[in-house]
Amino acid sequence: MRAFSHHKGVVAPMDRSNVDTDMIIPKQFLKSIKRTGFGPNLFDELRYMDEGKPDQDCSQRPLNPDFFLNQPRYKEASVLLARRNFGCGSSREHAPWALDDYGFRVIIAPSFADIFYNNCFKNGLLPIVLDEEIVDRLFAEVAEKEGYQIEVDLPAQEVVTPSGERFSFDVDPFRKHCLVNGLDDIGVTLEDSEAIKSYEAARRQSAPWLFDAITHS
Amino acid sequence: MAGKTLYDKLWDDHLVKQRDDGSALIYIDRHLLHEVTSPQAFEGLRIAGRRPWRLDANLATPDHNVPTTDRDRGIDGIVDPVSRIQVETLDKNCDEFGILEFKIKDQRQGIVHVIGPEQGATLPGMTIVCGDSHTSTHGAFGTLAHGIGTSEVEHVLATQCLVQKKMKNMLVKVNGKLGPGVTGKDVVLAIIGKIGTAGGTGYAIEFGGEAIRDLSMEARMTICNMSIEAGARVGMVAVDDTTINYVKDRPYAPKGDQWEAAVAAWKNLHSDADAEFDKVVELDGADIMPQVTWGTSPEMVTGVDGQVPDPDKEADPIKREGIVRALQYMGLKPNMPISEIKLDRVFIGSCTNSRIEDLREAAAVVKGRKVSPSLKQAMVVPGSGLVKTQAEQEGLDKIFIEAGLEWRDPGCSMCLAMNADKLGQGEHCASTSNRNFEGRQGFGGRTHLVSPAMAAAAAIAGHFTDVRELVH
Repeated sequence: MRAFSHHKGVVAPMDRSNVDTDMIIPKQFLKSIKRTGFGPNLFDELRYMDEGKPDQDCSQRPLNPDFFLNQPRYKEASVLLARRNFGCGSSREHAPWALDDYGFRVIIAPSFADIFYNNCFKNGLLPIVLDEEIVDRLFAEVAEKEGYQIEVDLPAQEVVTPSGERFSFDVDPFRKHCLVNGLDDIGVTLEDSEAIKSYEAARRQSAPWLFDAITHS
Repeated sequence: MAGKTLYDKLWDDHLVKQRDDGSALIYIDRHLLHEVTSPQAFEGLRIAGRRPWRLDANLATPDHNVPTTDRDRGIDGIVDPVSRIQVETLDKNCDEFGILEFKIKDQRQGIVHVIGPEQGATLPGMTIVCGDSHTSTHGAFGTLAHGIGTSEVEHVLATQCLVQKKMKNMLVKVNGKLGPGVTGKDVVLAIIGKIGTAGGTGYAIEFGGEAIRDLSMEARMTICNMSIEAGARVGMVAVDDTTINYVKDRPYAPKGDQWEAAVAAWKNLHSDADAEFDKVVELDGADIMPQVTWGTSPEMVTGVDGQVPDPDKEADPIKREGIVRALQYMGLKPNMPISEIKLDRVFIGSCTNSRIEDLREAAAVVKGRKVSPSLKQAMVVPGSGLVKTQAEQEGLDKIFIEAGLEWRDPGCSMCLAMNADKLGQGEHCASTSNRNFEGRQGFGGRTHLVSPAMAAAAAIAGHFTDVRELVH
């Protein structure tokens, strides 16, 4: 996994609450068997005026001029500023894949849905929870200043605004460790192979029916 | 010391290792797979040169992309080549790694959350995961079950474990009795309406109370299924005789002495009387009436006798903005009665409501009646090949067909429209599925979530109507 330590980038505002993963990446694009290439279809139904199809050349499609990502000032954005309950709905990891493929590295919101939040960490994306009041202020500051950039320092767990204001954020120590070091967490878990085997052996004794093979019969 | 909740017990039973940083390694008993969220996980295993840790913990089936017609043609019946590749990829991966799969032509194929319980692959006390957020369905059996992303699908395949952090405990208690014509779907929609789509974020929800205890396993599954629509990855119901009677004699359920030992262990799968919950929400079952969603989030819901809300009456600016946007997308006016919403299509199916009881409830409403000529389509999609067979043995297919509904083959179908079944732009659909998000059932489609009985009543009327008045 790509490591994440520090990041500085332009902030783009997604000013609606309860953004669901169907909205982030609509179902027709989930038919891909790859992890990459979802960026052009990020927020497809909001971003384009027509109905998107898999494997289509999106450069020729009519853009929705009102959608924030289609405004030149947010063209280089790599930090997404969002509202409450971002990423709710389906567990599709295609949602963080699409955000990542588009070029986002950080998402800031007052709250995230659990599965989406977890999926971000598996893909080198950092979701940051800040108080709603602070998020409201950031929305106002982003609207005011073109090219508004923030800095994110994961080791210090801080977001720094252009005026030098600092906001600290919480992050789970294990997730932080994996992200900062770009660790493959399967590899980390397999270091505990012996613990897994001894759990299985004990459980096989106490609840053998859990180990009855389901078979092709 | 306070007693343990059901969630605490399930957690403790599956704890492989508690780490110093607060994370824990949790053992997974059952892993369900489908074609949409697994290909990249198998590819990851291949690239890393890893093998599945425990093959016999896995069960796979294609469901999202499968067509609901022409099934005798198998994979060749999938018209969309991209969908076909995904289903073929699942077959290839399961064959290569040796994972049990109910393939497209197997009678046991169906929606992954229907077939697990049907086969007894879902057993009380298990941890169950699947790359699908509606895995919470299995919590109805007193299991710890939740959706995971594709990276975690790979993690479970490779290690039989997940790295987890313990959630908080929430009890949602539905007291008293439900009124006639009020179903599990209405209960869960009412709960979501009360606590909101983020109300359960960070919590494992246990559903309890007299009204829940009185429900069948299938109704409990409907409720647990939509825990995720209340923000909770996990929804659970304690094990009781209803659970045990449902599991008994299922193909993969334990037999003989093992059955006796399992039942003895399962009897402990409830929260202790002195267990403490971080949050308790109570509803009175008698207050719940048939529900209809009017907006683009499952929390945008009201009783069938209600009205579309007026954004001007909402004090919270973010919620107000949400209502305005939803009404615009849904093409509805503030204060309009729910019963005046005209429908274009009706969909009865999905992992929420495609089991035999759902089909019986819908059939009872349409029996001897005709689908409104104002509808373009009304379809019934059973949850599995076995549900379909049973419904046909009971003659439900004939009732549907005579009333003018289409009788289809099993799959996820129009719940998320990855196959050919979808809404056209601007069309209103009474749907027994779980999500009314923008575009969920088709580009520009407008979804209203309801119970199977309410969907059936809407099919007859052509608009929403209180099923209790139609039937009684």
